[in-house]
This record gives sequence, structure tokens and C-alpha cells, in this order.
Amino acid sequence: MTASVETNGDFKENLGFRQKLGRFFNVLLLICTLVGLVVLTVLLVDVALEGGSWIRLQLFTNYHSRFPEKAGMKSGIVGSLILIGLTGLFSFPIGVGAAIYLEEYAPKNWLTNFINININNLSGVPSIVYGMLGLTVFGRMFGLFEPDSWLVKVFNIPVTTGMQGGWQFDLFGIPGLAIQLPFGRSLVAGAMTMTLLILPVVIIASREAIRAVPPSIREAAYGLGATRWQTVSTQVLPVAVPGILTGMILALSRAVGETAPLLIMGAFTYVPFLPESVWDQFTTMPIQIYNWITLPQEDYRIHLAAAGIIVLLAVLLSLNTIAVYLRNKFQVKW
Amino acid sequence: MSADQNSNNHDIVFTTKQLSVYYGRQLAIRDIDLSIQRHKITAIIGPSGCGKSTLLRSFNRMNELIPTARVEGQVYYNEKNIYAEGIDPVSIRRHIGMVFQKPNPFPKSIYDNVAFGARINKYQGDMDELVERSLRQAALWDEVKDKLKDSGLALSGGQQQRLCIARALATEPDVILMDEPASALDPIATLRIEELMEELKRNYTIIVVTHNMQQASRVSDMTAFLSIDRNDLEARIGILVEYGATQRMFIKPEMQETEDYITGRFG
Repeated sequence: MTASVETNGDFKENLGFRQKLGRFFNVLLLICTLVGLVVLTVLLVDVALEGGSWIRLQLFTNYHSRFPEKAGMKSGIVGSLILIGLTGLFSFPIGVGAAIYLEEYAPKNWLTNFINININNLSGVPSIVYGMLGLTVFGRMFGLFEPDSWLVKVFNIPVTTGMQGGWQFDLFGIPGLAIQLPFGRSLVAGAMTMTLLILPVVIIASREAIRAVPPSIREAAYGLGATRWQTVSTQVLPVAVPGILTGMILALSRAVGETAPLLIMGAFTYVPFLPESVWDQFTTMPIQIYNWITLPQEDYRIHLAAAGIIVLLAVLLSLNTIAVYLRNKFQVKW
Repeated sequence: MSADQNSNNHDIVFTTKQLSVYYGRQLAIRDIDLSIQRHKITAIIGPSGCGKSTLLRSFNRMNELIPTARVEGQVYYNEKNIYAEGIDPVSIRRHIGMVFQKPNPFPKSIYDNVAFGARINKYQGDMDELVERSLRQAALWDEVKDKLKDSGLALSGGQQQRLCIARALATEPDVILMDEPASALDPIATLRIEELMEELKRNYTIIVVTHNMQQASRVSDMTAFLSIDRNDLEARIGILVEYGATQRMFIKPEMQETEDYITGRFG
């Protein structure tokens, strides 16, 4: 293998060393690949061993309890599901709309560049910062609806004090459309904070999906007398949707695992009821797991927490599976 | 060059006057004066980068899709300046169809590909009938009539290009612009496109950009030869060197540069 076909005076082939170096890097790169995988496997095995036998019906049907055998995370599971549902509802139209604007409409100037750079920066901002933002903007609304704020005084708004304080009113008098300002510790406040958190990721992923649509398709549509919106809505978006949905779901799976911003928002660790409306308080799976880990008893700290992690991972994995399925099923093959 | 041109205004579809196109500060084509005759095939030939496609795209205002592009001068379509204030390029493009270099069917069914232009322009007639007529005109009907619901992308390259022609015909245009329509196709598919162009010129005016001189001499009635301005080679500005009847241009060109290009001495 290292023998040369013929030796040639001016070339010092040194084949043996070159091939050895090649093999060395082959092995080194393989090790780099395996490090992450091995650690993850160890973690998964450990979690499965500690929590596997604690995956029982109670985990899904019971609330947190003083007795570890009876404790469950029903409110966390339901809270997480509603939260990502709402987050998806808020972030999909805004994120995709922004992506369409930036890709198809925005002029190429310094302002667009500035926005681009900052969207990329925002995707790297620590989630706890979004928690602070969410608390101030959505949770408290700058204290505008406290009894002594200028807004309340000027407009004579009928605010109440206490836990659910602020201004409650029925939009158009329909009870289902009841709105509470500020949003406080509600699911709406949490979902809006999560929306801010994942918007940069949604926008970036959607833009990539839109950019991947060949320009020739746009030219064809314009050439037939389509307006810009007709081109975007009938040709570009249908082709981009699988990619957009994939990015959307991956962003949501990031939101499912977030704990810090919700803790800052004031999500409770012990919620022994299910939310009846989006204005209710809530807890989520990661918060429930966090709560269990802080308790002294081993059954909570190790076994229940591990069982919770398994459920959380299962939800994440199914979200990612849906993403892969959507991409493979609806992707246009050129 | 005026000797070849028909002076009857009714037979002129396009007239460009002092047409110049810039990309940013770069001048791409300069002061083009050209008249395109109705129901004729006009070929635009010339070396790479001389602005053939830029000129073609000025006829349906496609250049405007490039943000930095800027047009000076006038283009009269049926004696109306399409660059005049208040003219919407969207309405122009329905009347002046376009076929591109690489076949670019939409990733939709053959039927939907053809129907698209009619749908967005709110065609009021019988859609099935329009689709069939357009596909027949593009000599594709017999090959696809049993699989109209199949994806346009499943067709061969030559079929895809004829689908794109059918798609352009379905908006009932007056003129069809073709930007090297056969350059991505094999010789047999190319021949079919050329035969089709012969057919289509009875009802439509065709302007075709081509790299292929044999193609220009085979199919076109008129030929416009564009080249890079020799007085300023650095700037690479496209100018119209010669325009006339194809037969005469290829046998006895007036300009030395045309002869050099046609005989393959440059380009």
C-alpha cells in the first residue's frame, strides 16, 4: 500500500508518512464524533435506570404530592402542551411574516442589514434575559395597571388589587374573550415570552426555507403577470412550507425545555389544578423536574426527576420526529 | 439598416428609442434603437456578456426585479411607452410572455402549470379548454393528455420547456420572449422547439436570444447583432452593431464586426 509505482528523483514522495497521517486523522475525527454520543448515551442509560420504574400512571394523572409514590406531573404536562400550543400560535404568523418581508420585500439597505445582524444576535441572547423582558412587558406591563399609575388615574380604569389584580374586561362582552391586563403569571404571558425567545430562530429558519426556493420559480410567476404577493403566496410559500414547519417545530422543542424565563416570570412550582383558561397560572414539565431536584428526599431528587426527564425527552423526540417526517413528506424534489 | 425594416407602423410591435439599462452604476446596454416586426421571429445574437438578455428583459420590464437595475429611454409597445409613468409592469407581462433558459415549470401538476397565469389574471372562460388549447399550441398535448394531474417536474427537459411555452401561451399574449430557450436541451428537443417557433409565429411575435448562430439563421426572420463597444472594451457596454433581415445578415453583413462574429472569428 505504501509502495510507490516508481521512484522519481525530484519528488520525495514519503508515502508511508502521508498515509499514516491520513489514518491518524481518520481515527481522531471519529473520536471527536463519538465523545458527544457516548456522553449522551451514558446520560440516557443513567436516567432510564433511575427513573424507568417510576414511569407509572400516577405520573400522568396526579399532581405533585407530599408522598413520592403518589406524586405526578399532570399539571406540568398539560401546562407545557398548552404553552407550546400558544407559543406556536403566536410565533408562526409573526415569524413567517417577518421572514417573508425580509426575503421578498425588504429593500437591500443599511436598515435591512442592521435588522439582519440583530436578528442573528437575538437568537444568541440568554433565555433568562427574555424572562426579565417578559416579566416587565407582559407580566407587569410596566406597572401601568396598578392602582396608582397615571394611566389608571387618567382613564379612570376600574382596577383591582391582589393576586389576579389589574383590569379584567370582556372583549365585546363575550365571556370567552375575557382579557386581563397585565397578563401576570398566566399562560398568555408565558407563551408571549416564549414567542419572543424563539422568534429569531423561527425567522432565521423560515428565511432559509424561503431562500431555498429557486429564483427561477419567482421569475416564471412574474413573467406570467403575477404580482409580488401572488408570486409569494401561490408559488414561493407552498414550496417553503415544509422547511418553515421544520424550523418552527425545532424552535418549539427548544421552548418546551426552557425553564429559566418561566421561573423569572413567576410560574409556580406547585400547581395542583389544571388551567381553565389561558389567563390561569400554570407550571411546566421542566419546572416540575427542577422542583423535584431541589427537594431533599431521594425519591423526588433522583427517581421522580429522572422519570420526568424521560417524559420530557419523549415529548422532544416526538416533536423532532414530526419535523423530520414533514420535511421528508412534503419537500419538493427538483 | 433601415432598408430591411418595414415602415408600416401597424406591423411594428416594439420600438426602442435610446434604450439604456444600468445595473447600479454599471452601464449594461447603451442607446439601443430597434423595431420589432409583428409575426416575425427576431433573433438577438452576440458574444457573452453583451447584454442580450438585458435587452430582452426590457421588453416586459423584467429587469426591474433586480433592485439596482435602472432603465433610460423608451420602449414603445403598440406605440405606447411601457416605461411611461403609471404603467403597471404586471399588466405588461401578461401580454408579453416569457420563456427562460432553463425550463422552470412550477412544482405543481401539468394542468396547474398551464392554468396558473390564467387564474392569477382572473380568466373568465373555460379553463379546461384553455389548458388543452395551450398545450396543443405548444405541441405537447398528445404526450401529456392522459397525465395532466402529474407533476410538471416529471417531464423530460424538452417537454418541460414546451410546458413552459404552453404556460406562457395560456395568458393569451401578443409577444413571446425567449431567452436561449433550447440551450439546456439536447439536439432533438432543440429541433422540436425550433419547429414550434415556426408554428407559433403565425399567431405571435417572437423575440429570441440565442448563443447558437445556426439556430438564429435557421429560425429567425430578423437578426439583431449586439456586441461590446470596441471604443471602450474595459467598460463592457453592449451596443447594437447591426440589425436586418437574417438572410442578408448571414450572407452579406454590412459591418466587419458582424462578419467576424458570424464566421466564428470571435465570440
